[in-house]
Amino acid sequence: MPNVMELKGITKVYGEKVKTQVLFGVDLAFEEGSFNAIIGQSGSGKSTLMNILGTLDYPTDGDIFINNINTKTLKKNQISELRNQNIGFIFQFHYLLPEFTALENVLMPHKISKKPITKDIVDRANELLDFVGLSKVKNNLAVNMSGGQQQRVAIARSLINNPKIILADEPTGNLDSDSTEQVYGLLRDINQAYKTTFIIITHDRKIAEKADRIIEIKDGRINLDLLNQTL
Amino acid sequence: MKLAFNIAVRFLKSGKLQTLFIILGIGVGVSVQVFIGALISGLQKDLVNTTIGRSSQITFSKTDDSFITNYEDLLLDILNSDSRVKIATPNLNVPGTLYNETDSNLPVLVRGFDLESANQIYQFEDSIIQGRMPNNDNEIILGQFFESELGLELNDTYTINVPIYGDQTLTVVGFFDLKVKSINESWAVSSIKTTQDLQGGSVVAKQIETQIKESSYFDAVEIKDLVLTKIGASYEGSDWVSNNASLLSGLQGQSISSLMIQVFVLISVVLGIASILAIIVLQKSKQIGILKAMGIKNSDASLIFLFEGLILGIFGAFTGILLGFGLLISFQTFAIDQATGEPVIPLFIDYGFIGISAMIAIAVSTLAALIPARKSSKLSVIEVIRNA
Repeated sequence: MPNVMELKGITKVYGEKVKTQVLFGVDLAFEEGSFNAIIGQSGSGKSTLMNILGTLDYPTDGDIFINNINTKTLKKNQISELRNQNIGFIFQFHYLLPEFTALENVLMPHKISKKPITKDIVDRANELLDFVGLSKVKNNLAVNMSGGQQQRVAIARSLINNPKIILADEPTGNLDSDSTEQVYGLLRDINQAYKTTFIIITHDRKIAEKADRIIEIKDGRINLDLLNQTL
Repeated sequence: MKLAFNIAVRFLKSGKLQTLFIILGIGVGVSVQVFIGALISGLQKDLVNTTIGRSSQITFSKTDDSFITNYEDLLLDILNSDSRVKIATPNLNVPGTLYNETDSNLPVLVRGFDLESANQIYQFEDSIIQGRMPNNDNEIILGQFFESELGLELNDTYTINVPIYGDQTLTVVGFFDLKVKSINESWAVSSIKTTQDLQGGSVVAKQIETQIKESSYFDAVEIKDLVLTKIGASYEGSDWVSNNASLLSGLQGQSISSLMIQVFVLISVVLGIASILAIIVLQKSKQIGILKAMGIKNSDASLIFLFEGLILGIFGAFTGILLGFGLLISFQTFAIDQATGEPVIPLFIDYGFIGISAMIAIAVSTLAALIPARKSSKLSVIEVIRNA
């Protein structure tokens, strides 16, 4: 399978006077349709890596290729567009827009792309909400939903633009164990159904073990990179 | 654009009470503008009207102080030379001394007018407190002062001594009160024919008095010059603007102080909106972060806040106009002078000014949103996510 995302020699240094280096020349590549977990203790640099992967942050040095496009060559607006079209985010704290309903939240990335709202896209949003088991509450405001429901809306939202990559930062970190199981099952199903590449950041080894590939980050370097044989 | 607008509307709707308070805040500012504007222009108009409304605004006479013989033609020339000239009336004044039976005498200025047109300037008819207007030759009306001072009565005939031309008799047919003491104490008003006869009978006038349209009061100098170029170099003119420098500087002072009040009201509205929107940006930073993570462009994120400013401005201006009208109407209705039945405070409602106030409020609200809009475009997604 071709690579959908590739990092070459990524370093990240924070601070101007007191410099703290968080990432030291990270090289990584993710295959299309793969299900990856990045683990590491807090402070290991995994969140920084995730932000750089998601083009939310810039590396101090090194190149990121998304769909074989070097993001260094892109302007701010082009990066926003690239993010909108290619990357779906799932965050630990759900991050829905509380002023909008579940359905409107799911449609938001499409609206941001400024494409017209067609019947097809609304059908797709409904289908996705159905997929995550929320068709009954699709017209509820985000604030009137439980944590697990909100996270499932966030998952549906991350899929609306058919992104190649989904970045999930501790997607179950804020959920109880039942919801955690449900959400992981869901991510797996999506991975199978839509061939979407998943990169999941977690500090929970048990969760990571369910992925095809586990990458461990330690002190800003890749400590371990192995394919999960148990699956 | 549409997306930013929809998000702005949703943000405003989600904090209804806050939105309502901001709109009310802008509204109060605009209503003060509307009210102060109407008050100041009302006061100015009232002041100008009481000062010059019942007098000649431009007076034309010969440069060599001689009599005008062809004044009927001149009247037409003046009226035709500028459409802003509303009334023109010939005038011949004759100073004299009025005697009564007991030989007490008082100086008097007999002012001869074409009474019909002069009445439109001085409103003699409305000022008559006893008797009637003169309608025959040798009839005069006098200021009410003469009634008490000389013990004159209606329809009495009195002697007037005019220098050079000697004594003549006049009949008093009425008394007027023009609300100006010096006029009540010195004027006798008659037809121009009467004063012509007092001076020996030649058909002449000394000056032409004119009034201009109210909207052109302040163009008096320009109108005067225009008329003078039409009627020839042998005439000169005297206008109210040049003769009332202190009144004008007073009016100017009033305008400037009203402008100051309005500017400060505007500044407080701007500061209010800018600070509130800055707080909204903080409140909504999580949402802006999410939208940015989903790929919204910085320009669209900024637009959300510009639209919020615009929407708040439009609703605020509308509320302000309603509040302002409410204030104006209640002042016109309830603050009434018991004696005259007129409103205590003269107000002048200028729709153009109200429109401009509203437009300024909207523009200013949108501008005030620029700072928070800039702030939102600089918001970093990572910081928002970290600080959740």
